[in-house]
Amino acid sequence: MTRYSIFSLARNAMGYHRSWPRAWRSPQPRPSYDIVIVGGGGHGLATAYYLAKEHGLSDIAVIEKGWLGGGNTGRNTTIIRSNYLWDESAHLYEKSLKLYEGLSQELNFNIMLSQRGVLNLAHNEHDLKELSRRVRAIRLNGIDSEILDPQGVKAEVPIANISPSLRYPILGASLQRRGGIARHDAVAWGFARAADARGVDIVQNCEVTGIDIADGRVQGLETTRGRIAARKVGLVAAGHSSVLAAMAGLRLPIESHTLQAMVSEPIKPVLNSVVMSNTVHVYVSQSDKGELVIGAGMDGYNSYSQRGSFQIVEGQMGALIELFPIFSRLSLLRQWGGIVDVCPDASPIVGKTPVDGLFINCGWGTGGFKATPGSGWVFAHTIARDRPHALNAPFALERFASGVLIDEHGAAAVAH
Amino acid sequence: MTGQPYRLAEGGAIDRSRPVGFSFDGRRYTGFAGDTLASALLANGVTLVGRSFKYHRPRGILSAGTEEPNALVQLGTGARGIANAKATRVELHEGLVASSVNCWPGPRCDLGALNDLAHRLIPAGFYYKTFMWPHRGWHFYERLIRRMAGLGRAPEGADPDRYERMNAHCDVLVVGAGPAGLAAARAAARGGSRVILADERGLPGGTLPDAADTGRLGETTAELEDLDNVRILVRTTVTGYFDHNFLIALERVTDHLGPHAPAHLPRQRLWRIRAGRVVLATGALERPLVFANNDRPGIMLASAARAYVNRFAVLPGRRAVVVTDNDSAYGAALDLHRNGVEIAAVVDLRRNGEGGKPAEARAAGLQILAGHAVVDSRGRRRVRTAHVARLDDDGSLTGPVRTLSCDLIAMSGGWNPAVHLFSQAGGRLRYDEALRAFLPEGAPQAVRCAGAINGAADTASCIAQGRAAGAGEPDDRAAGRVEAASRAPWAVPARNRAGEGRRFVDFQNDVTSADIALAAREGYQSVEHLKRYTTLGMGTDQGKTGNVAGLAILAQTLGLAIPEVGTTTFRPPYDPVTFGAIAGRDVGRLADPVRRTPIHRWHEEAGAVFEDVGQWKRPFYYPQDGETKHGAVARECLAVRNAAGVMDASTLGKILVCGPDARALLNRIYTNAWDRLEAGRCRYGLMLGEDGMVLDDGVTACLAGNRFLTTTTTGNASRVFAWLEEWLQTEWPDLDVYLTSLTEQLATVALAGPNAREILAALTDDIDLEPDAFPFMAWREGRVAGLPARVFRVSYTGELSYEIVVPAGDAMDLWTALTGPEHAVTPFGTEAMHVLRAEKGYLMIGQETDGTVTPLDLDMQWILSRKKDFIGRRSLARPAMRDPLRKRLVGLETGDPATVLPEGAQILAEPPSGVPEAMIGHVTSSYWSPTLGRSIALALVQGGRDREPPTVHVPLDDRTVRASIRDPRFYDPDGVRMNG
Amino acid sequence: MLLIPCPWCGARDESEFTCGGEAHIRRPADPDALDDAHWADYLFMRANPKGSHRERWCHSHGCGRWFNVERDTVTHGIVSVYRMGEPPPGGDGS
Repeated sequence: MTRYSIFSLARNAMGYHRSWPRAWRSPQPRPSYDIVIVGGGGHGLATAYYLAKEHGLSDIAVIEKGWLGGGNTGRNTTIIRSNYLWDESAHLYEKSLKLYEGLSQELNFNIMLSQRGVLNLAHNEHDLKELSRRVRAIRLNGIDSEILDPQGVKAEVPIANISPSLRYPILGASLQRRGGIARHDAVAWGFARAADARGVDIVQNCEVTGIDIADGRVQGLETTRGRIAARKVGLVAAGHSSVLAAMAGLRLPIESHTLQAMVSEPIKPVLNSVVMSNTVHVYVSQSDKGELVIGAGMDGYNSYSQRGSFQIVEGQMGALIELFPIFSRLSLLRQWGGIVDVCPDASPIVGKTPVDGLFINCGWGTGGFKATPGSGWVFAHTIARDRPHALNAPFALERFASGVLIDEHGAAAVAH
Repeated sequence: MTGQPYRLAEGGAIDRSRPVGFSFDGRRYTGFAGDTLASALLANGVTLVGRSFKYHRPRGILSAGTEEPNALVQLGTGARGIANAKATRVELHEGLVASSVNCWPGPRCDLGALNDLAHRLIPAGFYYKTFMWPHRGWHFYERLIRRMAGLGRAPEGADPDRYERMNAHCDVLVVGAGPAGLAAARAAARGGSRVILADERGLPGGTLPDAADTGRLGETTAELEDLDNVRILVRTTVTGYFDHNFLIALERVTDHLGPHAPAHLPRQRLWRIRAGRVVLATGALERPLVFANNDRPGIMLASAARAYVNRFAVLPGRRAVVVTDNDSAYGAALDLHRNGVEIAAVVDLRRNGEGGKPAEARAAGLQILAGHAVVDSRGRRRVRTAHVARLDDDGSLTGPVRTLSCDLIAMSGGWNPAVHLFSQAGGRLRYDEALRAFLPEGAPQAVRCAGAINGAADTASCIAQGRAAGAGEPDDRAAGRVEAASRAPWAVPARNRAGEGRRFVDFQNDVTSADIALAAREGYQSVEHLKRYTTLGMGTDQGKTGNVAGLAILAQTLGLAIPEVGTTTFRPPYDPVTFGAIAGRDVGRLADPVRRTPIHRWHEEAGAVFEDVGQWKRPFYYPQDGETKHGAVARECLAVRNAAGVMDASTLGKILVCGPDARALLNRIYTNAWDRLEAGRCRYGLMLGEDGMVLDDGVTACLAGNRFLTTTTTGNASRVFAWLEEWLQTEWPDLDVYLTSLTEQLATVALAGPNAREILAALTDDIDLEPDAFPFMAWREGRVAGLPARVFRVSYTGELSYEIVVPAGDAMDLWTALTGPEHAVTPFGTEAMHVLRAEKGYLMIGQETDGTVTPLDLDMQWILSRKKDFIGRRSLARPAMRDPLRKRLVGLETGDPATVLPEGAQILAEPPSGVPEAMIGHVTSSYWSPTLGRSIALALVQGGRDREPPTVHVPLDDRTVRASIRDPRFYDPDGVRMNG
Repeated sequence: MLLIPCPWCGARDESEFTCGGEAHIRRPADPDALDDAHWADYLFMRANPKGSHRERWCHSHGCGRWFNVERDTVTHGIVSVYRMGEPPPGGDGS
């Protein structure tokens, strides 16, 4: 792997950049692999990378029906944070954030992790109480988090409207300073390049059409590019997890919904932090290019279409302008949707399936991007060792039968 | 100030009798009514308008329309500023103030242009390869990079303008009012359909250059304007095409009027249109040619040059080189020539300029260089020369390079049908090799395409297709297509191996053909990878001019056919939409409805501090004479405990449940049994989700045999109502039960405290209040303060308490009577209520519960019937629900009675020993209890009250507090007071 | 924004409706007869097809009625709409 650096950049500039090698190969799929990862998004590529790096395996393929990072990896609002309420989630997402913090160097690919701080706003007494609970739990889990009063919010986000006469005024916020954003495509590309360098075959335009199972054990996959035998198969297909699971005769507690996102035209920097509000439902940050990157609520019905309904955007624009009045005259440049796989408890499923050798990693819902390296790391461990790591053991499929869910829906509705 | 050296003396659709003054970059100029900012700048000889995003290259005006990538300007100032307006779209008005974006100090001399000198070091995606040293160094580099980011500036204050949304329905929506669109609208209207015709320009008629054609279209327009079933929307861009023929369009109502806009009009209006059928007559957009230094000011699209000279009577230059790979640019050359522009040459990339147009040009005396290409240009702030060389059959350059002096290069690289909306609708695009264009294929929804969007190149075909589409008749989609005869290269080759001279594909984002080749070389070979790696098509123009050439160059580099590389899906919006217009009126006071109880005015006048509970405003507490919150709440609590208080509980959800099977429904929904509840009696109930988690609680009264009034918590009122309806309709349609929400019809006032009976007695003479006659958990009907009322003897405070329910219209009278000076009753708010109920150890939904708490966790086994099934019961039987380590509700008492634990504080079994700590629970409610003179708290803790030892530790920011677990009933545990 | 033909009110904008997820899931008549895994199947496991899907919708800001919709999850095209208790037009929904 040619190392990327300012020196290699300068060297290549002499040759008009005509000798840069491919970032990853484009191999024909071989008829058989030890491990096949289905899904060439960030999670799948990270899984392959850590299988190779942490577990010394190399007979691995990642197969992707379209192009690398073309699903939710390339469609999200790039927010990274680990400020989760429950211990299980906090530890898993924190593992991921820690990996993120060293990822550019590890992969030798600048993923532009920008730890500019993530604010979660509180708009009523109930929100404030939830915030207090959350921040205290997070801190005791060893994760940075602090509480801001409205003036503190103003100091971090000068353009925020903290007037008490707002319909839902900003009464405070939690702030995770280590939270932030990263360049989503770069995460996929960086993992792809690093996995490729360790011998992983990355096969694009290869769609799975069937899963071969015999005697309760996975044998391989039928694909649009032929049959591929495999000793172990990991399914990491986000919104399409149910479709793949059905090929193995499995039902999942998953629904696929469209989650919309959008960007504004690029403007000079006005917003340094990531600002999220569950109550008025909007989240926003400003990219290094100057675009505001804005997240919307999930559409209410099952969908595989990457197309959402416009009223979701309308609702969230009102919220955005309430919080940031100077945004009213900016323009929406581009809007799109991703297909998110949602679990009843808003937590992922990472672990084994009833089929031997078949593993699944799904259900990240609206928050998968922040988990990318952590998810890959624990999933690689699970596949390599045939048992989950302590970090993902609570996220097994069996929890739906036992009832030990990890309910991350956030604040329940206030009800007095 | 007549100026305007490039303005023709006559012609054009401008009004020379109305000069319009404006300023650009601090200098004053004059244009005419009917100008765009771009045409007025060109008339004044201003060609350098701004700088590009990455290299800060000097840029001028490329187009005459919405596809403009270069000429972005900052409009207006202060709170009315607009960040990245396209000069080609801004209609000139008196006093307009515009300036260049993304340059400092100005477009003529811009420090950012240092980037251009360093361009060799910063090809596409360079940032992925560097800025990684030292560890976390990116945070430093990012700060520097961010300063360069963005184009225009955000406004400096809240938006003073108003926006609105408008819903519209029609049988046929026609998008685009050119020849095809007008024909479609007329055909549809004549057939009796309700038609909406929308066009982004200020007038219908499209962009035809020929005055005679335009005149004919004028007749059609006049006919349409007279029809009642046609609505014509001008300055209205249909910009989003969603499912089930729902489209959005942005109407710019007053932008073109500037400060003279009438105050009653909104600035912009977002149309939400549901159309039976849609006809897309969106035309086509011209492509630039890709050659070295094709981005200089003075290089523009041939169609734009033609539009400026014909429509605006502006010469975009005095000596032009026209370069083309198709016939359409010959019309531009002839029009420029006719209006006095010297044509240095028409450079045709094709070997043989065939057909009528080249012949016409030759006849007019124009020099045609067939089989040639413009290979480079010179000129810093305005193009000075075009460099022309012969193009071989294999697409390589041969022979000497000729230098032609010029101040305008008008170029045409063919046409892109404007298929954006069609693609948004879910339509597939097919690449047509003969036309070198993506064409709409099939129909994903009830949509037809007509005119240049289908590749039609002549007006007659456009009109024919439009007429057929409007009438819903079959047509010939392929009519009027002109094959691109040439195999001209998508990028003119570089003159030397070193690749001197960048060939720009995406002007705004400075993506060059070399960037595309680099992406391909490195493996970013899907068109989506290409876009993301190079930022091709990611600018404010969304690649309207550059994307197809970019795709073609990628295909060429990879040796693939264009369809094998694919096309990207077009996303909404077609043209940027103002945030404010999307939000419409749903901002400020109208952001979300405010729900107020019928007693709200009284609370306001009493100086209550309000709390938002869902959409409701509830009195939080009533401070008197400078009281703090703490002081007010303590006073209110003590008043209830020692005398009497009243609380407005009107926000509680109220559902009338009646019908023969009403009891059966209650039995299935609530965990306890309802078979024996008699008329006149009430019962507390708990409902669970099917997952066994507590959903809501409340008191239900039996009004008569099969009539019940159920109350819910404030926040869950609509949720519970919907929950019951859902079960009734979808699972138990056999149950004969009717539900009616009475939340808004009835008001509830809670009168609580040891004096409550006495006070109520003074206000009623037909209800026997004696404890034996009217016991706890009973209700009576009668008159209170002369008003018809139902009185429920229930208590959430632990005191003797009556909830008096009256029609909402009577609530203020009731409240006024209760708070009369003779009763010495203290109004109390929600916070005092919270304290009082916590003293009693009563749970509050949403505080002690969070969707993960079962009745077992709350030690409420007593309310779980064993004799029947109910929603959620089976889930409680799962072994994990009885795990002794589950968190259960307890009371918590701090060692120091003065310490009030913060709500949300986490609980440890041992003193803190370093993170991560093992948390065994958290404080759910915590207050200073004025009654007990000490702090109290409720908590969910592993093991609950069985926990040994019962001492726990609560770490705070600066210390750790010891607390002991106890019975959550801090006050009157046996309920003597409320039963009394 | 979908246009949903409520069987009681006619076609209305999606914003008047609430989607209730997969249709034709019966609550088990005797929950105690199910082991935890089968109970979880009823509670949580969902068909999540790519293509034709039968689901329940409620005209919550209209007539308040629940009904069934057969809809394509890829194109969002509505194939059929039928009332509660009616069999699906295209075949059995059990």
